[in-house]
Amino acid sequence: MDLSLLQRTYSDLLSSLFTEGILNQQFTELQQLQDENNPGFVYEVVSLFFDDAGRLINELGSNLNQQVVDYKKIDAHVHQLKGSSASIGAQRIRNVCQGFRDYCEANDPQGCFSCMQQLNQEFLTFKSKLETLFKVEQQIVASGGSVPMIQ
Amino acid sequence: MGSGDSEMHVLAVDDSSVDRAVIARILRKSKYRVTAVDSAERALEILEMEPSVDMIITDYCMPEMNGYELLRKVKESSELREIPVVIMSSENVPNRITRCLEEGAEDFLIKPVRPSDVSRLCGRVRH
Repeated sequence: MDLSLLQRTYSDLLSSLFTEGILNQQFTELQQLQDENNPGFVYEVVSLFFDDAGRLINELGSNLNQQVVDYKKIDAHVHQLKGSSASIGAQRIRNVCQGFRDYCEANDPQGCFSCMQQLNQEFLTFKSKLETLFKVEQQIVASGGSVPMIQ
Repeated sequence: MGSGDSEMHVLAVDDSSVDRAVIARILRKSKYRVTAVDSAERALEILEMEPSVDMIITDYCMPEMNGYELLRKVKESSELREIPVVIMSSENVPNRITRCLEEGAEDFLIKPVRPSDVSRLCGRVRH
């Protein structure tokens, strides 16, 4: 694909991630930490998040399916996930975590299950869209071009 | 005192791999030498082996020993008490902030930490 078309595709993808509220300003902060000495920084951090969040979401699901639900334990996991999602600018995931914590505090099983479903969905969406973004980024770099930043 | 290198040495402590990577990158981009560990216990091991750390920046909420407890241990130690300790937390809890500052924390940063937060710490690093 033509380099300028790739760059336009990247810009459009990135813009839509912000417009849809999937990403927030914190993601831009991470991009600004990336430079020629650390060209893969954003990819590395987001990959860490994929692993971390995937593990936490699995544990949450497992904990919620226990006969006796330990809401403190669930809250601790959600707190962790809220923190790491905020650190990379994963706004919608972070917002679901906030609501999830409220339901944990209220020991509300229905609320918690509902949040769990939302979390699964948001994480899958986030992962899929960021993976697409990184694929386009890799194609731009392979073509010798520079990756556009959000304006 | 500091290691004698021109770079200041910061010990970053956070059980979250994501947050650890971010804070380490912010610090390195600000030209600090960084040792990043995932627990307060590990931080104390590092400090025992290498007390020439110029600043500690630690998450508050960690399993086992939290950031406040690490702060207390550092301030109780005659070898370590001069090292500035900065606490980070994703929760803005006034009592928590007051308690840490009263215990001798240099500053309390609300996550997500930004490069501008680190810039303003620059003058307080031990050297």
